[in-house]
Amino acid sequence: MTARARPTREELLALLDTVKDPEVPVVSVVELGVVRDVAVEGDEIVVTITPTYSGCPAMREIEDEIVRALQAEGHAPVRVRTVFAPAWTTDWIGPAAREKLRAYGIAPPGMAPSADDDLVPLRRRRETVRCPYCDSPDTTLRSEFGSTACKSIRFCDACRQPFEQFKAI
Amino acid sequence: MIDEALRPHLVEFLLRHGDDRLVLGHRLAEWCGHGPALEEDIALANCALDFTGQANLMLGLAGSVEGKGRDQDALAYFRDEREFRNVQLVELPRGDFGVTMVRQLLFDAYDVLFLEALQRSAYEDLAGIAAKAYKEARYHLRHSAEWVVMLGDGTGESHERAQRALDELWRYGPELFDMDEGDRALASAGIVPDLAPLEPRWRERVEEVFARATLAVPTGGFRAKGGRRGVHTEHLGHLLAEMQIVARSHPGASW
Repeated sequence: MTARARPTREELLALLDTVKDPEVPVVSVVELGVVRDVAVEGDEIVVTITPTYSGCPAMREIEDEIVRALQAEGHAPVRVRTVFAPAWTTDWIGPAAREKLRAYGIAPPGMAPSADDDLVPLRRRRETVRCPYCDSPDTTLRSEFGSTACKSIRFCDACRQPFEQFKAI
Repeated sequence: MIDEALRPHLVEFLLRHGDDRLVLGHRLAEWCGHGPALEEDIALANCALDFTGQANLMLGLAGSVEGKGRDQDALAYFRDEREFRNVQLVELPRGDFGVTMVRQLLFDAYDVLFLEALQRSAYEDLAGIAAKAYKEARYHLRHSAEWVVMLGDGTGESHERAQRALDELWRYGPELFDMDEGDRALASAGIVPDLAPLEPRWRERVEEVFARATLAVPTGGFRAKGGRRGVHTEHLGHLLAEMQIVARSHPGASW
């Protein structure tokens, strides 16, 4: 590894923005809010990440990808630090990344639930979710659980297509 | 940093709550490939993954607070039945779908209250894990509460099975709120919540769901306890045999 000038935080973030979520490869771990910070501490680069879900099986791979992406550009050593607070929320996913999700066929998340009245069945506010294929608002929730922890399954009653939505937490 | 006098109590607390999640996660994972519908199969496996992930975090923290070189895998796979500290509720066989969902409701309703309070722990690492898990507990509860209403207020068959499940499981619920001297010492230090005030709130919530589900809450009867001290039903040993066999047959293996 050749020695380099101290990289700026912006340079490092731009590099990390090339690391995609292994399960949703159109958005980066920076856009998802999994990367919380990156800093140069001594001669080490420390990347702070937070897991999306307690049992997310992609976290190990994300860590490895982060180290690989930085080392490929000559930045080493790299340390990945995991923090749990503040807990990850889909509210951190910005408008550009939401549009990328939609174009990929995954409906973006609504606002994360805040009050606890959604815990009582029948008293819940039902949000309108548009179909990522035909843009119809005429869709229904099939299951809060999908192919990965972060997605739910919906069905579009207009174009008769099942689709996934990034679930709001 | 943790007061040395509190350290063993905190390890015990983390084992208790980590074991609840490890054992419940295993019971839910038993449904994988056996769910009543594809969506449910996926839902139960998703919940199992959340609980196993939470167990991984809590047992990992237990090992590091303990400081004796045991990591989460050592704690999950190389302790015997009497060393497990989970409540008996979570170790009971998965039964039919009605038993699984009534048990989930009893646990999830507790878990939302427990984790909500645990997020305010003065011990930062624990508060962080709780804040993460709290978000998961909320959609777990939405899922189980909806199913209990559907099953209870469903067909004659589903109602009868859900009622039978509730009659069987109800006495295992209150153990979730048991505390001992160690817990009280931790609670005084602001590290863990006092569980006593949560029990009436839990009862109110689950009773509301059972009322909507047209299910009758049993009265009287004995109150199961002992899991927190390592006293278990006959079922835990069988579960551990299955869960631990690979790790014990091939110690040190990695993949």
